[in-house]
Parts: sequence; C-alpha cells; structure tokens
Amino acid sequence: MENVLEIIMIPAVLAIIKIMVIILLFAMPLGTFLTLMERKWSAMIQDRVGPNRANIGNFTGHGIMHIAADGLKSIFKEDTMPKGADGFLYLIAPFFGLIAAIATFAVIPIAGPIGNFTFQVTDIEPGLLFIFAITSLSVYGAVLAGTSSNSKFALLGGTRASAQMISYEVFMGLALMGVFMVYGTTRVSGIVDGQNEYWFGSLIPMWGVFTQPLGFLLFFTALVAETKRAPFDAPEGESEIVAGYFLEYSGMRWSAFMLAEYVSLVGVASLITTLFFGGYHIPWLHLWENAPQWLVTILQIIKFSVFTLFFCWFQIQLRWTVPKFRFDQTMALGWKKLLPLSLINMFVTAFVILAFA
Amino acid sequence: MELKVKQVQRVDGAKEALYLPALFGGLRITVRHFWRNLFGAKDVVTISYPEEKRHVSERWRGRHRLTRLDNGFLSCVACYMCETICPSECIHIEAGEHPDLSVEKYPVVFDIDELRCVFCGLCVEACPKDAIRMDTGVISMAYTSRHTFDFTRDLLKDSYDPKSHSNTKYEDKDLPSPKDQTEALPNSLGVPAT
Ligand code: SF4
Ligand code: SF4
Repeated sequence: MENVLEIIMIPAVLAIIKIMVIILLFAMPLGTFLTLMERKWSAMIQDRVGPNRANIGNFTGHGIMHIAADGLKSIFKEDTMPKGADGFLYLIAPFFGLIAAIATFAVIPIAGPIGNFTFQVTDIEPGLLFIFAITSLSVYGAVLAGTSSNSKFALLGGTRASAQMISYEVFMGLALMGVFMVYGTTRVSGIVDGQNEYWFGSLIPMWGVFTQPLGFLLFFTALVAETKRAPFDAPEGESEIVAGYFLEYSGMRWSAFMLAEYVSLVGVASLITTLFFGGYHIPWLHLWENAPQWLVTILQIIKFSVFTLFFCWFQIQLRWTVPKFRFDQTMALGWKKLLPLSLINMFVTAFVILAFA
Repeated sequence: MELKVKQVQRVDGAKEALYLPALFGGLRITVRHFWRNLFGAKDVVTISYPEEKRHVSERWRGRHRLTRLDNGFLSCVACYMCETICPSECIHIEAGEHPDLSVEKYPVVFDIDELRCVFCGLCVEACPKDAIRMDTGVISMAYTSRHTFDFTRDLLKDSYDPKSHSNTKYEDKDLPSPKDQTEALPNSLGVPAT
C-alpha cells in the first residue's frame, strides 16, 4: 500500500493520472454528452422533440442511446480520402484540433490544492500564455484539413477559418492583458486566488467579470470565434462552401472534428469560469470557519462543474439564437471594433491601476 | 402591372452597432422556449409519425380508390377518360364485356403505377361516373419492392372510410405479384362466375 502510494506520488506518474482523469472523466464525456445535448437543447428551443429513436430493446433514455449509435456509426463508416489529397496531412489534420482542445485542460484547476496535491495537471508560470499557444495550434487542424483535401470548397473553408482565427487571436490576447494587470500574474492558480479577494470588506468577490467586464465580453467573443461556432461560423457555410474545411472527411475522422468542437466548447467554458468567475472558489465560503477540507473540495468541484456546464449551455443557446455574420462582417467586427476596444480596455485598466493602487 | 416596392427602414446607430441589446432580445426568446420545453415538452409541434398521423383534409389527394355501386359492382365503365387525361400515363385499363348484361362494360384490368403518378387529381375530375377518387387519406406509401407500387384493380377497390383516418397498411406479402394481376378474375367483382 505504501509502495503504491509512493509510486503514485512521483510527479510524472501523478501528472499522467491527472491527465487520464481529466480527459477520460471530464473533457471527453462532457464533450460527447454535448454532441447529443446540442441537438436536444436546440430541439427544445425550436419546439421540436429532438433525437429520441435510437434504442436497445425498449430503452431509449430520452435519446441518450444516440451517443452510442453515433459512435458505432462513425466507427463502421468508410474512411474516404479524395483523389489527389495530401495523404499524411489529410490523415493527421483532424487530430490537431482535438489535441489542442484537450491540452487546454492542462492548466485549469478544478479544485483548491490540498497540501502539496493540486487538482491541476501542471501549474506552470506562463499558464495563460500556454493556453494562447495551444489555441493557436488548433488553427492548424482547419488549415491542414482545408489544404490537404484537394477540394476547392474545403480550401475556401480552411482559408476562412485561418483568417478568422488568426485575427481573433490578436485581441484574445489583448483582452486578457487587463486580467494579467489586475491580478499581477499569468499563473492560472494565481489568477484564481486573486479572485478570492473581496471589495468593501467581504461584500463583492473580485471576480474577473466584475474587475474586467469589457475584457470578459471581448475574451468570450474571441473564444467563440476561436471555436468557429455561431455567430462566427463563417468557415462552415452550407450555402456557399458546402461544409467548410472538413468537407471531404467521413467516418471517425469527421467525428474527430466534431468532438474537437465540443471539447473546445467545454474548454472555453472552463476557461471562462477559471478566469472570470472565480474558478473553483466559492464566494463567502471563508465566512464558514472550520469547514472540513474534504467538503470544501467537493463543493469546489461542484461549483466549477456547475459554472462550466452553464457556459457550455450558454454557448449552445447563443448558437441557436444569433444569425451568423457574413465573412466580411466577421473581419470588420474583429479588426475595426473589438481590437480598438481591447486596446482601450487595456489602457483604461493600466490607468486605473496606476492611479489607485 | 407596376411593382410595389416596400422600403424597409434601416436602423443604424450606436444601439445597433453594439449588437448586445439585439443579442439579449434574441436570447430572451430562445431561453423562454428552452425553459418551457425543458420540463415536459409542452409546445412541441412535432408529429411523431408512425405512432401519430397527421390529420388531412377530405379533399387531400391521397391514394386512389375505385368506388362501387350499391350492388357491389365497380362504378367504372372503362371509358378510358382517366387513362387519356393522365399526364404521367400511369393508368392502364383493359375493357371487357361483363356476363351480366346490365353492367355492359367493365375494367378487366385497372392498374395504376403509383410510382409514376404525380397525384394531380385529373383522373378524378375526368371520370364521368365518379368511379375513381383520391379520398383515402393515405398520405404515404412506402414499400420495399418496386412492383408493389403497381396497384391493381382489386387493391384499388378496397373500401375505405376517409373519416376514420386509419391507414390501410399493406405488407409486401398481401400484394399480388405482377403475374397475378393479369389473372384478375371477374369473380372478384362480387359477381358469380358463369
Ligand atoms: S392523379 Fe394524375 S397522375 Fe395520378 S393517376 Fe390520376 S391523372 Fe394520373
Ligand atoms: S375510372 Fe372513370 S374515367 Fe376512368 S375508365 Fe373508369 S369510368 Fe372512365
């Protein structure tokens, strides 16, 4: 027993266990679940029933069996490759987006540390810069898929995706500058702990959304554009470019694109929770003195999950509410409005900090 | 005729450029629908098809049927009106002389290829005897083999009450093979064979 514990506490082993737990118990199941929930929830928004037919015997579970049916279907579907496609790039492209989406979770803490043990895969100093680096990786998935498919529509979709993602990445970083300034660190756990402070005694928690309201809006917009979902889903235009950069894919590789979309949805939600809604910290919990540590940890995990789930839901709700931007509108909004706004936000934040701190 | 042009006032200004008021206006509607349907779907307009059937008007043009006289004979006098007017040429009639002298002419073969039919209803309008109608209310015909769509006289004359809206469901095995069609007997008209 002691030996097992010793092996587990080796940092590398511990990191692998945490990665496994986060990927297999959190990111992937939630992402898969959302593929169904997107269809179910959109049905509710539009007064429809949604998927409810897949069954085993008489058990349909309100459509839950569709997850299994989808998985089985995409496994058994033929994995096609168009003539003249760039074989190697075509085959690996779907996994770029998926890996980028999953890697986001590496720096996100889901509960407060207990002694030396952190509920976070790694707490590196440039935590948020790591996230920027990784999310810019996900553009490769779209670009490689577009260029290697030997299809004009896919190429157009890939071009649109790369132009959009690169433009929005610019002010995604700038929008977060304010957060860096307010909490004085790029370390994710530092930002989360910074949000555990209070204004006016212990009245209002210093959540990112209160200290950086404009920054929150800008960052959220940029992240929605990064995940290529409505209203920024110009890279997929049914009427103009059929399906966009993943047009030629089928079977499991196509599913990898879809899964990447939903996993990055979860990633966005948990990032927003972490940076702007206090992460795992429950406001005013410090008023409850001598609360048992295990209970606090469980409550923190619950709080984090609830907020993450809420923002997953919110993004889906957003997708079924707003019409998409035309591509030139996407670009104009990004460069002409949001970029200046994020610069202003940065200067104002800097000024306020200099003047009052 | 002069075209009427409706000028739509474009709304410009800071409120529109901000997007957020419009966004929250939209969210209010979608979230309202979402919450209402989340706990027991209340406003759902979906018809769960095989279990529920859509109510169709009596004038709805569905599968054909051949009407009968009070004595059970087919009303059709094999005048070829419907076959002539049919734009998709999917009606095939062969006239015959009936043993009962009061009947005179009757269709020995009356086939409709429902796959070619465009459900225009011209055959119904052309018929001088009100012998063919499309009031069965059968809104979908889905079979697994092609020949089952070749409806023969005996299939078409099935009595059907459009009020009840219960679709007659034919299995493949119930339907005659093309060979049987050519052997359709006068007996099936309800007339004793002579
Ligand atoms: S409905 Fe029209 S197409 Fe169909 S059988 Fe009658 S006349 Fe022909
Ligand atoms: S169904 Fe009517 S139109 Fe057609 S052959 Fe018979 S009587 Fe004539």
